Amino acid sequence: MSREFVREMPGEQTGGSGGTGLAWRLHLDSPLLAALTMLCLGGMFVLYSAGGESTQMLIRQAMRLGGGLMALMILAQIPPRTYRFWTPMIYAGGIVLLLLVMLVGLEAKGAQRWLRVPGFGAFQPGEIMKLAVPAMVAWYFSEKSPPPRLHHVAMALVIILIPVALIARQPDLGTALLVAAAGLLVLFLAGLSWRLIAGTLAVISIAAPLMYFFVLHDYQRTRVDTFLNPGADPLGAGWNIIQSKTAIGSGGLTGKGWLHGTQSRLDFLPESSTDFILAVLGEELGLVGVLGLLALYLFIVVRGLAISWKAQDTYSRLLAASISLTFFIYVFVNMGMVSGLLPVVGVPLPLVSYGGTSIITLLAGFGILMSIQTHRRLMTR
Amino acid sequence: MLGLWLFCALLLIWRSLDLHLVQSDFLSRQGELRNLRIEPLPAHRGVVTDRDGRPLAVSTPVATLWANPRELMEARETWSRLEGNPVLDHRELARRVERGEGREFVYLARHLAPEQARAVLEQNIPGIYELEEYRRYYPAGEVASHVVGFTNIDDRGQEGVELAMESRLAGQTGRKRVVRDLRGRVIQDIEVLEQARPGQDVALSLDLRLQYLAYRELLAAVDEHDAAGGSVVVLDARTGEVLAMANQPGFNPNNRAGIRTGALRNRAATDVFEPGSTVKPITIGAALETGLVRPDTMVDTAPGTLRVGRNTIRDHRDYGRLDIAGVISRSSNVGTVKVAMQMDEQVLPGFLERFGFGFATGLGFPGESAGLLPIRARWNKAEQATLSYGYGVSVTAVQLARAYAVLANDGQRLPLSLERLEQAPVGEQVISPDIARSLVDMMEAVVGEQGTARRARVPGYRVAGKTGTVRRMTRQGYAKDRYVAIFAGMAPADNPRYVTVVTVDDPGGDEFFGGQVAAPVFSRVMTGVLRTLNVEPRREPGVWAGSGNGGGSS
Repeated sequence: MSREFVREMPGEQTGGSGGTGLAWRLHLDSPLLAALTMLCLGGMFVLYSAGGESTQMLIRQAMRLGGGLMALMILAQIPPRTYRFWTPMIYAGGIVLLLLVMLVGLEAKGAQRWLRVPGFGAFQPGEIMKLAVPAMVAWYFSEKSPPPRLHHVAMALVIILIPVALIARQPDLGTALLVAAAGLLVLFLAGLSWRLIAGTLAVISIAAPLMYFFVLHDYQRTRVDTFLNPGADPLGAGWNIIQSKTAIGSGGLTGKGWLHGTQSRLDFLPESSTDFILAVLGEELGLVGVLGLLALYLFIVVRGLAISWKAQDTYSRLLAASISLTFFIYVFVNMGMVSGLLPVVGVPLPLVSYGGTSIITLLAGFGILMSIQTHRRLMTR
Repeated sequence: MLGLWLFCALLLIWRSLDLHLVQSDFLSRQGELRNLRIEPLPAHRGVVTDRDGRPLAVSTPVATLWANPRELMEARETWSRLEGNPVLDHRELARRVERGEGREFVYLARHLAPEQARAVLEQNIPGIYELEEYRRYYPAGEVASHVVGFTNIDDRGQEGVELAMESRLAGQTGRKRVVRDLRGRVIQDIEVLEQARPGQDVALSLDLRLQYLAYRELLAAVDEHDAAGGSVVVLDARTGEVLAMANQPGFNPNNRAGIRTGALRNRAATDVFEPGSTVKPITIGAALETGLVRPDTMVDTAPGTLRVGRNTIRDHRDYGRLDIAGVISRSSNVGTVKVAMQMDEQVLPGFLERFGFGFATGLGFPGESAGLLPIRARWNKAEQATLSYGYGVSVTAVQLARAYAVLANDGQRLPLSLERLEQAPVGEQVISPDIARSLVDMMEAVVGEQGTARRARVPGYRVAGKTGTVRRMTRQGYAKDRYVAIFAGMAPADNPRYVTVVTVDDPGGDEFFGGQVAAPVFSRVMTGVLRTLNVEPRREPGVWAGSGNGGGSS
C-alpha cells in the first residue's frame, strides 16, 4: 500500500478547503486548527477534574498549550522547502544535543533526559528528534525514485537508529520507540517492499524475547510482565492498569459526570493527570466521552493524511504522513496502554495529558503540516 | 498502511466498547469495592443523673489517634516532625509502631482532647488517623463513685450503675456508608444505613446534695477515728428509694490510676457484717407480735449476766428491772435474750426473713450480697440467744437500712430502688402498723438521756434509732478489740420518712461504740437530710428530740 501511496500522488490539486480568507493568508488550515483547539480545550476540562480542580495546574497547562500554538503559527509561516534545506543541519544538531545529554544532562528519576540551557530552562533534545528524524528520512528519500534500493534502506535505518539508540540509553524507551516509529513510517511510506516489512516484523518477533532478557531494563521488564498478567501483583506493578481499567469500566455509557469520578479523584488512579488521564475521561464522561475524543483524534489524523495526499513533493508528503501517523501512534499507544491492550509505556495522551515537552513538539509538527498545506499553491505557481 | 491504521482505530473503539459496556458492571463493582466502606457511627452513652437531673456520668466526645504501622514504616523520615509533641513524641511513636509491625491497626493515644489530636494530625504524617470516641466523665467525682461506677476505655460499664444498667445506657452503634480515598480518608458520607441510637438516660434515686453530705460526714468520721472504712445509706422509707449511699475508702472515677481494688467496692451493698444490737428492735417486735410481751412488760436484767448453755451473756452493767423500751434504749443483751428465749426457736429467724435478712434488696447492684440468715431445723439455745442480739446472722448496710425502713414505713416492706420512682411500689405488710409505730417510739428513747446514743440527736427534730457495736470478724474468729460501730435510725420520729444507716469499720481510737462513732455521723447526716428536704421542725421551741420515756408523746 505504501507504494501505491507514493505512486498515486496527484499532480495538480483542485482547491483545498478554505482556499482563500484570513486563515489561508496566515498559512493556517482551519479544519485542523479547529479540531486541535477543540481537543486542547476539552483536554483542559478533563485536566481540571483529574488534577483535583487545581487552577494552578490549569494555568501552567494553558501556558504550555499557548506556547505550542505559537510554535505552530510560526512554523506554519516557513515554507516546506526551507525545512527541506535545513533538515540535515537540524538532524545533526539534534545528534549533538543528544550526545551532550549523555555527558552533561540533568538526571531525574534515574534517567538522564534533560539539558539545561542557561537563561532558558531545561528541555529534552529527544523531543526534537521526533520531528528531526522523520524529516531527515524524508529528506533522504526525497531525491530518490521509488522503490528504494536495499542500501538506501540500510542508510535510512542508520539515520533512524543512531538517535534512537542515544535516546534509549538515557533511558527513555517511550520517546525512543516514538522516534523509531516516526522514522520507520517514512521508510515504509517511501515505498518499502512488503517483503522487507514482513521480514522486519519477523526479526522483531524473534528479537523481542531476546530483548526482554538481554536489553530491557528491570523496570521495563516489569512493565511487560505486568501487561501480560496484571493480576500477578495487583498492589504493586499491576496496580496502575487495574485501577485504570476499573475507572474506565465504571464510567459506563455516559459516565459518572464531570468532577464526579471516584476512582480518579480519590487517588486510586495513579498518574491520573498525566499518562492515565484517559481513565478520568472514561470514568467521568463514559463511552460517549471516549468515543468523542477518539473521533476528534481520528479527524485530525485523517486531515493530516489528506494534507499529505495533496502535497506536491515527496519530502512534504512523507513528512506530513509521518507527522500524522506518529500522532496516531501516540493516541494508539496511550489509549491501548490505559485500557490494557498494550504494556505500560510512558506515552502521554497527546495534547490532553498534563505537562511534558511533547505538547510543544506535537503542535510544532502540526505547524509544519499547515505549512505544507498552505504553501502548496504558492509553490505551484 | 492505511489498513493497519484502520485496524488500530477499530481496535481502540472495540476496546472502549468492551470496557464501558460489556465489563462495566464488573468494573463498577470493583470501583465501589475500592472506595465504598461501611463505617461505624459512634453512639453516645446515656447520661446518669441524680433524682433532680444533676449529672453524675456524662459522655464527651474525644479523639483517639491510631496508626497503620505498614504505612508509617514507609514514611520513617516524617516521624521526627513529632519531636517534642506533648501527647505523642517521635520516640513513643517509634516504640508503638515497631511493636505493632505487620499489623494494620494500633492505638497511638486514646481519649485526647480534640485540639491535642489536631496538633498531631497537623504534622501530616502518613498512616496516622483519628477515631471519634466518647469518654465518660463523672462530674460528682469521688462523691458518688461507688454507686455510679465507671466504664472502661472502650465505654463499657465495669462497676456500679454503669455495669448494672449497661444494656440501657449503652448506645447502639450505627452504620454509614462512606467514600474513602486511597489513604483511607473519608471524603464523603453517602448514606446512613442504620442510625446510631444513643443510650437511654437514667435518673437515679440519689439526691446529689444528700450524697455529698453523706460522703463528707463519713469521710470526716473515718478520718477522725482512723477507721478502716465505712458506709452511709439514706433511704426514703415511703418509696424504697436510695437517696444516698457513700463509702470509704473511695476513689476518683475520673482518674483511676493507681487505686487499690479494695477502694472500688460499694461496701454498703457488698460487704456484710453482723448487725449486733441493731437487731434488738426486731427481736422485740417479734415478741410483741407473738403477744408474749407488751410495751410495758418489765424484764429483770439483774445481775447483768445470763448463762445460756455454756455461754454467759453480759450487759455493760447491771441495769436492774427495765421495761421493754428500756431494754432497747439501754441495749440490754440480757433483757433481749430473756424475751427472745420465750419464743419458739423458729419465730425470730422467720421474722428476720420477713424484714429482708438473707434476701437481696432488689437494687440489682453488681456484686450485691444478700447477707446470710442461717436456715436450721433445730436452733440450740446459744444460737437462739445470740441471734436475738444480732450475732450468727449477717447483713449489708443496705439490708439493715431496709429493715429499719420497714419499721419506719408502718410495717410495710418495699423493694429498694436505685432509680428515681414516679410512684411508690406496692409493699408487703410484714408487721402490724401498731407494733411498728410503738417500736419507733421505743427507739426514740435510744437518743434520750438514758439511751446509748445521745449523740445521734438532731436539733429541732425527733429521731429514733438503735446503736450497734459488734466484734469484727476476722479469719481467726472474732477479734478481741476490733469492732464495727453501727447506728441505724430514722426521722422524724413522729412520722418516720428517712432512714439512715451508718457503719464505721474498725475505728482505731479509744472510741469504738456505735453511740460514740456512728451516732454523730447519723446526727449530722440526718440534720442535713431533714433541712435539705424541707421537713418541718418540731413545734415546741427549744425542746430537743427524744423524751426518754418511750411513750407516744406526739
